[in-house]
Amino acid sequence: MKAPSFTLGRRAFIASLAASTALPMASLPSRLLAQEAKAGGMLRTVAWPAPTVLNSAISTAGTESFIAPKMFDGLLAYDTGLVPRGQLAESWDIAEDGLTVTFKLRDGVKWHDGTAFTAKDVAFTFMEVLKVIHGRGKATFAALEAVDTPDDLTAVFRLTTPSPAMMRALDSRESPILPAHIYEGTDIQANPANTAPIGTGPFKMAEYEVGSYIVLVKNPDYWDAGLPLLDRIIIQFVADAATRASMLEAGQIDGVFLNMLPAPEILRLDALPDFERDTKGYEAMPSAQQLDFNLDNEYLADIRVRHAIAHAIDTDWITQNIWYGLGAPGKSPLHVDQKEYYTTDGVPSYDYDLEKAKALLDEAGFAPAANGMRFSLMLDPSPWGTESIGAAPYIKEQLRQIGIDVTIRTQDFAVFTTTVWTERKGDLVLYTVNLGVDPVIGTQRFYWSKSYNPGVAFSNGAHYVNPQVDALLEAAQVELDPAKRKAQYAEFQQIVMADLPVLPITNIFGANIVNVKVKDTTIDALGALGGFSRAWIDA
Amino acid sequence: MSETLTTKRGPKAPSRAAVRYVLRRLGQAVLVMLLVVIGSFVLVKMSPGDFVDTLAGTSEMTADQMASLRARYGLDQPVPVQLLYYMARLVTLDFGFSPANNAPVIDVIAKRWPVTAILVIASVSISMVVGTLLGVMAARNAGKPVDLGLSVLMLVFYATPSFIIAVLMILIFSVKMNVLPIAGFASIGMGYTGWDYFKDVAWHLVMPVSALCTFYIAIYGRIGRAAMLEVMKLDFIRTARGKGLRERRVIYVHALRNALLPLVTMAGLQVSALVGGAVLIETIFGLNGMGRTAFDAVFQRDTNLLLGVVFISSLCVVVVNFGIDLLYMLLDPRVEVK
Repeated sequence: MKAPSFTLGRRAFIASLAASTALPMASLPSRLLAQEAKAGGMLRTVAWPAPTVLNSAISTAGTESFIAPKMFDGLLAYDTGLVPRGQLAESWDIAEDGLTVTFKLRDGVKWHDGTAFTAKDVAFTFMEVLKVIHGRGKATFAALEAVDTPDDLTAVFRLTTPSPAMMRALDSRESPILPAHIYEGTDIQANPANTAPIGTGPFKMAEYEVGSYIVLVKNPDYWDAGLPLLDRIIIQFVADAATRASMLEAGQIDGVFLNMLPAPEILRLDALPDFERDTKGYEAMPSAQQLDFNLDNEYLADIRVRHAIAHAIDTDWITQNIWYGLGAPGKSPLHVDQKEYYTTDGVPSYDYDLEKAKALLDEAGFAPAANGMRFSLMLDPSPWGTESIGAAPYIKEQLRQIGIDVTIRTQDFAVFTTTVWTERKGDLVLYTVNLGVDPVIGTQRFYWSKSYNPGVAFSNGAHYVNPQVDALLEAAQVELDPAKRKAQYAEFQQIVMADLPVLPITNIFGANIVNVKVKDTTIDALGALGGFSRAWIDA
Repeated sequence: MSETLTTKRGPKAPSRAAVRYVLRRLGQAVLVMLLVVIGSFVLVKMSPGDFVDTLAGTSEMTADQMASLRARYGLDQPVPVQLLYYMARLVTLDFGFSPANNAPVIDVIAKRWPVTAILVIASVSISMVVGTLLGVMAARNAGKPVDLGLSVLMLVFYATPSFIIAVLMILIFSVKMNVLPIAGFASIGMGYTGWDYFKDVAWHLVMPVSALCTFYIAIYGRIGRAAMLEVMKLDFIRTARGKGLRERRVIYVHALRNALLPLVTMAGLQVSALVGGAVLIETIFGLNGMGRTAFDAVFQRDTNLLLGVVFISSLCVVVVNFGIDLLYMLLDPRVEVK
């Protein structure tokens, strides 16, 4: 008999090795399984779209958020469960009234150009950059009045009101600390350092070809001794998702992070022995697909119509068929991963029931015309990703069945944001969005009456105004008592799911897909958006 | 271009007519460029949304932040004013700033132009040489099995879209065999120079160039075959054979030179088509060329960059067409300017 092992391909060979070792190892305690991390080596990955700047304080776009934290540190990092841990701050102390937060900074930290890091950098970054230029920073740090620097290693944040959300937003992606000596007194948005970053982070920029790739190399003077483990990170900007998948499969890159492959590709590669999927490390960026109802529309202004539409759309169907199960059906304005506040207790839900939907529309007085249609609506799916465009025909068909004639309008990015948010010409708007690390940062903008602001994308597009919700959101913004805050957000979820200005469709589960030799890219709540300082290659 | 050319017997001398022709062509070129600039500017400005809208969409911004960015890039000015400013700058060859790339347009184009230039030059020359040779081979064997086989091959090349070929090649040569790099122009961070760098780039361009070639190989093959069959019937070929020249010399010197005219015309068209039309191939192979740049600029409403790319590409097309006309005169002494 011929020995079959000689004809095995490379993958099958690795698989058989894995299978032969899996059984004896399964009985070992897990800590013995953890392999010794090896220093050295290079991680190759991809991103898209190409970044405009390399600084996530200036631009909060996706690629910027992925690359910049490798070169910049924040005051804090967050372990799984969003438990804060010191990064540039060694310790911190929140005063009882919540109005001052004192950070003791790490000593001996150096900027990539050799200058010493001090409290002045912290004060400058928060007051001159994050509060002024950062997209979300203006809201996140609204209560931050001043940063005092009694000495080089102490930064005292003075607040006008307590701000629990602020304490969630101090990581390297959301609030990277910038070098004051480089930026101070310059036009910050035009500073050349935006594309030649000088940070304190684990990696330094070595090479940057605008629009094509960036090469990062190990920062030998990183404050966290022995880290980072990798010598180099190479990030190529590749527009085509199928190309990204082929590159990973051919071994020309080592991992694709942050859902940069379509779900079917992630599942297909995950089934191969060379690759594994990782869905951890997305707590800091829960994202969701949702459907805004424009309440200025005469039909959608009627709550019965919104309830009818909710009954006609099977969010589980969309989650399984459009998201390939990489998500959970939306049941709340918050993400299911926002465990502290997410609840379904007492929160109205809308089971899939076409008859109930039709009855609600009848009750609202919108009887079907001779052709069976009651009225028409426009549906704008967001053009990024494929999932909103994919789910739009399903929604159109479902609503046709209850007598609502839907026209799907697919547009490019600029036209989509302009029609929907500037010109407010949309009726139903289906899109995916980042719900933020705290409800104040991500969710509030869709429901707070004061964030209704035509011209600003991803604001309160429904034009929802409910003083009770405003009061709850504003109270939770400054509430330091976790129990009280939890109760406030529970009530918020109950009210907005009853009023339904926005129909949550799917809570998206983020996914990385990496070659099995890539280890520890996800070590905390920031996941792939972190510094990759402990990532290593088992080669 | 063909209506400006006549065939006329007589001595060929650089005449005032030729000078007038060149000047007229230059005048036409300037007019074309002007129309291209104004047309593309107006078209981009007519579509809803501007650069700040697209930026605000990816990076959340407040209304104040958006207004200050609009002022920074002059987007708060009326469109005719923006156009005048733009044209005034263009006269001094200042293409402005590309906000999406955070760099001057000229720098962006300088980086991306070589990618497309190499793609275009490689695919035009390879497809022309290979296509012509296949066409000649088919013509010499007209009606025989070789001709039939080549016809089928060319039909397949002609009918298969380049992106399908690209994807098939990626599957075969990269995913299955793992021999060719999929994305990028050169290996990153390897620091190759000289001959090593050349080999590295060539290796990266095997698949994109092949994908861009196949369609044109079919076109050159079909045109070449037809033109050769046409020329081979003419008297001077019979004369050449009658003089006792070797068949190889008859085919490749006497006949081919005369059959080249339609092929040269085609090359001009191919250059024009590829300069902006390689978007798909540049996208699939992660190449940052002019096509991809223009495509992204449209979607990011990066007007300065788009106009810069359109300007340079149009200039290139105009120059190439001009060169093709001159080449006509070299190839066929009977062709002379009016």
